[in-house]
Amino acid sequence: MKIKKTSFDAIMLSFGGVLLALFLAQPVFALSDAYKDNIYNPGVLKPIDSKVKVKVGQRAPDFTLPAIAGGKIALSQYRGKKNVVLSFVPAAWTPVCSDQWPGYNIVRDMFDAHDAILLGITVDNIPTLFSWTNQMGKLWFPVLSDFYPHGKVAQQYGILRTDGVAERALFIIDKKGIIRYIDVHDINQRPPLEGIITALENLK
Amino acid sequence: MIKIKYGTSIMLMLMILLGGSMGWTAPLPAVGGVLPDLSPNFSLPKPNDGVVIIEIFSMYCPYCQKEAPNVNKLYDKIQASPNLKSKIRLVGIGVGNSAYEVDIFRKKYNVRFPLYSDGDFKIHQKLGEPRTPYFIGVKINPDGSHRIFYSKLGEFGDVDAFLAAMVRLSGIK
Repeated sequence: MKIKKTSFDAIMLSFGGVLLALFLAQPVFALSDAYKDNIYNPGVLKPIDSKVKVKVGQRAPDFTLPAIAGGKIALSQYRGKKNVVLSFVPAAWTPVCSDQWPGYNIVRDMFDAHDAILLGITVDNIPTLFSWTNQMGKLWFPVLSDFYPHGKVAQQYGILRTDGVAERALFIIDKKGIIRYIDVHDINQRPPLEGIITALENLK
Repeated sequence: MIKIKYGTSIMLMLMILLGGSMGWTAPLPAVGGVLPDLSPNFSLPKPNDGVVIIEIFSMYCPYCQKEAPNVNKLYDKIQASPNLKSKIRLVGIGVGNSAYEVDIFRKKYNVRFPLYSDGDFKIHQKLGEPRTPYFIGVKINPDGSHRIFYSKLGEFGDVDAFLAAMVRLSGIK
């Protein structure tokens, strides 16, 4: 088969460009051996795939969600009592998410020092969240399921991605129920802990 | 017949280079081999004719958290031995952990040996992206060269047995 050189070069250039893009986009994450070979790696994803609907200074939309420990938890139950950190992560059994909450699990004292509770939320169902978080050790904070109606709370906050998972997002809500901090993070990266702690310090 | 001229040749070379890099992960440290150059993020301590034990960890890793008291016991055993104290160094590298996060881990578990931050995963990538915790034993030769004598994923278990294995496998007296 005869191919014109100019066409061949164009194909080569395009192919090289695709390879370059893929090379530059390799995911970087560390993974605890706690999960053995049970983590599904979705590869590199679009950093943010939604448009946040809330903003700092506004009242946080209330919600009630089932918790893996049983019962339901409403955001409003902390009004006047605790600052609230909402940590949405995209999905159970995926690389970055699996090594996020276990870090928060060893700094309860830092949350306590700022009179804050942490609520972990994904769009997974309770049985999946139960199995997954069991690998993390005993968590001191509630983990909530935004599974049904699917991603309703993520949708309310404007962080439901087009494929149905949530963004990797943090919201800090003060005791008056006002949103004081928003970090809709690149889904491929874990937000550094100092971001949360600095934001909690700034609540004073 | 297609004539391959400079432009195409360069592209082919680039493709080969990138193809080799794409999806390619550096190998895990191999027993009998040497560590890759980890500078400028980390430089290997060089106790004369001694041993360096490197723990690859993350403050976000549940098993590393669980193993932390055990690793502290190992450090205490080494420090308590007049013979081993000067010969074995223990260091930790927090992969994907900022300096702030490494410091949290240090304080939380009262870690007395040096911990380094690998916030951008550069060291982690050069070491073959091991899961955590991962332990590497390195023998430092009198001429400053080194040899890996231990490279293993997971908790090391019994402290005395592990320390004895470090001494035996490295050949230090």
